[in-house]
Amino acid sequence: MAAVTHEDMASRTSALPAIPAGLRAAGPVVILLVLGFLAPLLTVAAYAFATPKSFDVFRSFTLANFAAIFDTSNTVWMSFAWSLAYAFATVVLLAVIAYPIAYGLNRMFGKWSGFIGVLFVFPLFVSENVRLYGWVLFFIKNGVLDGGLKWLGFSGGPEVLYTPGAILFGMLYVYLPFMLFPMSLGIAMIPRDLVDAARDLGAGRLMIWREIELPLAMPGILIGMLLTFVLGAGAIAESKILGGQSVITIAQDIEVAFTYAQNWPLGSALAILLVIIVSGLALYVLSKLDLDRILGKK
Amino acid sequence: MSLAMISPTLTDTKSETEDAVQATTAPVLQLVDVRKIFGDFAAVDGINVDIKEGEFVTIVGPSGSGKTTLLRMLAGMESPSQGYITLRGELINDVPADKRPTCLVFQSLALFPHKTVGENIEFPLKVRKMPAAERKARALELMRMVRLPESYYSKNVMRCSGGEKQRVALARAFAYDPDVLFFDEPLSALDYKLKKVLEKELKDLHRESGKTFVYITHSLEEAMVMSDRVGVMSRGRLVQIGTPEEIYTRPATRFVAEFFGEVNSFEVKREDQGAWTLTDGKPITVAPVGEAIGDTATVIVRPETMRFVTGPSSADNLITGKIYNEYSLGSRMQYQVHSGERIYLVEAARTAVAGISAGDTVTIGWDARDAIVVGD
Repeated sequence: MAAVTHEDMASRTSALPAIPAGLRAAGPVVILLVLGFLAPLLTVAAYAFATPKSFDVFRSFTLANFAAIFDTSNTVWMSFAWSLAYAFATVVLLAVIAYPIAYGLNRMFGKWSGFIGVLFVFPLFVSENVRLYGWVLFFIKNGVLDGGLKWLGFSGGPEVLYTPGAILFGMLYVYLPFMLFPMSLGIAMIPRDLVDAARDLGAGRLMIWREIELPLAMPGILIGMLLTFVLGAGAIAESKILGGQSVITIAQDIEVAFTYAQNWPLGSALAILLVIIVSGLALYVLSKLDLDRILGKK
Repeated sequence: MSLAMISPTLTDTKSETEDAVQATTAPVLQLVDVRKIFGDFAAVDGINVDIKEGEFVTIVGPSGSGKTTLLRMLAGMESPSQGYITLRGELINDVPADKRPTCLVFQSLALFPHKTVGENIEFPLKVRKMPAAERKARALELMRMVRLPESYYSKNVMRCSGGEKQRVALARAFAYDPDVLFFDEPLSALDYKLKKVLEKELKDLHRESGKTFVYITHSLEEAMVMSDRVGVMSRGRLVQIGTPEEIYTRPATRFVAEFFGEVNSFEVKREDQGAWTLTDGKPITVAPVGEAIGDTATVIVRPETMRFVTGPSSADNLITGKIYNEYSLGSRMQYQVHSGERIYLVEAARTAVAGISAGDTVTIGWDARDAIVVGD
């Protein structure tokens, strides 16, 4: 009986030669990723080398788009600088804001802190634009803040709307969950025993934090920082809605090139440059930090 | 109950085995009526014990007996709800772990996964702000002591084997230079063979260092190998504490006796003139009985003190039965003997029982001194 089954199986495998089962099972996902993820990306990359202001993708090859970007008279570099500066500031400020929250959550809720962290992601179910317009209503002249203060007899709220500061505020608000969630997961993964052991060996609070808690939470913190940086560098809604065009981010330049200017090759070249800069920076930072060492795999 | 609290001084006279560490009489650690109450549940329910300088004391008990809670109180990770814990005469009930000259080796070992072997061992030295060069010298010295090769100094601790991690944890605890070392069954995760090796090494290390060790485990076997004194815990109480010898030969209760593994136990009743009978009325001769025993009790006879009675030999108690089955325990054999309603376990050296096999009708017996009467 067993022999028959065996033969049966052997004949079936020979029908599909040389493709391991794992690869065959991965097939659908591979096809989806190639069509849905890789193809658009390659198209954008191809467009970056097409004749400016044309749709001659795959039929022309020129470096003119990049030449235009790097031309000294072009000020698009300022948009890059603003976007990266905002992304950087968002990462730094959010790290400082989110760490105590994540730490506190873990202390309060222990192993449930991951679940509580998910609650912070709930606002993501509401469109980012809607939430940002909410803040506009809050900050706008005679809005919630200004009007409320006037009603209470004060001279009114500060005029913060449509300033670079409002953009930063919006980014901190929008990206907080992306920092907080991985960070609280990272902190929750520190075994309680290690902290107890460090204390038992005489270490004080600061020493335990510096030597044990911070390094062990580092993977979570780094993932949070990376997520926030990548998202922040591509941010557009905050500057448009809360910043009122006081600052032009690179994502907005790209959008303008694709829509209003109808210059897809230029937009593609800008997009490719952004991808290169952001991934280059992220990889550089990750290579400087010894993740293997942090994760205890070396 | 008086048997359950054999005083430490009485125990002293018995603990003069060859490798027992020379202990001074002053207790280094003293527990007076220590309790830990969670809600309306007493996890630790009144522990009294004196632990002497340089002693190796093991507390054994099944899971949930309160031994871990007791240890956490001793190490300063919990504070007692009631009672006193003193270290060298000083009350330490509420002294936090980092301010106590004691150190706990965790069941999980709690090694720092992001640090090397050397950094792990040096951690308590770094806390004391010892210069790096001095730290390293001390770490290497400790590594030699726990038999770790010098090349492991810069090895990531997570790459070490189970036994090596054990040694790192030990070296780290010793680096703290504590007055008392606590162990929360650190050997439980290891395989049998390695465990046996490390048990002996730990005892050697205890002897060499002269430190006081307090060890908890659920394995009485482990406790017997290593300890000067063994305390048996059940439901938050210390049922008995004494030398391994005492615990083995004179268990205070049925619980202690059965904790060793398989025993023959019989319900017995005291008749007039102090004679004992089994529940079916048959007389049984037993070892001298302690004062605390009431009119009903349990007689414990260990399988290894039961023997087959043949030819001219005899025993104080004799039973005739039939061998139902036999089990090989390596160098020893165990037999299940059925006699009427009762089942007896008899254990003997393999060489002593040649020619006896399942199905045989045999006479088994035991002497009065091996029939220990215990309370419940």
